[in-house]
Amino acid sequence: MGFVCLDLKGTLDAQFTQLQQLQDESNPDFVAEVVSLFFEDSEKILNDLTRALEQKCIDFKKIDANVHQLKGSSSSVGAQKVKNACITFRNCCEEQNIEGCFTCLQLVKQEYLLVKNKLETLLRVITFICFLENSLSAYYPRNLPQKLYK
Amino acid sequence: MELDMDAASLSNGMGVENELHVLAVDDSLIDRRLVEKLLINSSFKVTTAENGLRALEFLGLGEEDQKNNLKTTGSKVNLIITDYCMPGMTGYDLLKKIKESNALKEVPVVIVSSENIPTRINKCLEEGAQQFMLKPLKQSDVKKLRCQLMT
Repeated sequence: MGFVCLDLKGTLDAQFTQLQQLQDESNPDFVAEVVSLFFEDSEKILNDLTRALEQKCIDFKKIDANVHQLKGSSSSVGAQKVKNACITFRNCCEEQNIEGCFTCLQLVKQEYLLVKNKLETLLRVITFICFLENSLSAYYPRNLPQKLYK
Repeated sequence: MELDMDAASLSNGMGVENELHVLAVDDSLIDRRLVEKLLINSSFKVTTAENGLRALEFLGLGEEDQKNNLKTTGSKVNLIITDYCMPGMTGYDLLKKIKESNALKEVPVVIVSSENIPTRINKCLEEGAQQFMLKPLKQSDVKKLRCQLMT
């Protein structure tokens, strides 16, 4: 399968290419599977973070732990800008900078929505390309044993 | 070559000749999925665990096993890969428990982390970790591990 490259300057890094390389016949939906795990995980964390920053007494440790988790998963799928936003967010947690944390949360949400949009588009393109490949190979079978042509 | 494997030896991970069995421990589902695929691509047999306690249970070092004072009935693995940062029992804590066990101390343990912190790395190496690797792992990292294990 060829690799799709949309205009992703910095949004998705080399790790995303690695994900695509891991997809094969035995795991034809690997990229879609990992990406949807990332969406689920991220949305839960972003909700938890929003609630945590609404509390009267802000638990920076808990917030940091959540951001660390999001940093990890975004790094694993190649969502570079989300990861970088998480790094800044963790610095604000360390400094116990409440305003900084609010700003960072907005930034992380923004970057997440951008990469989510790009990934969803990318997945549609990948699915379409697979569909084309399968259709073409049905028309031009290459690997049938010779005796079928007798 | 004897090809009839009985159920017991298969469940102990002693199936196909030359098949190496890895236990991968990580609290992140995404990372477990990724490392599993990387390992399978390098012809490893893989078991994953979501935390240190589950890992110890699989290895036969769980609390119940300790209480019953049984000889370890855990599954045989050739390599353990564990994330460092995990809630509760960290990868370092898990490493210590493995090295304290007579049955398992010879099993190589690789610690992985997203953070490159020299004191953390040294601490793990001193405790007997085979290697420390940075996340996210690449296929080339896993291939190297396989080569190291085979020699």
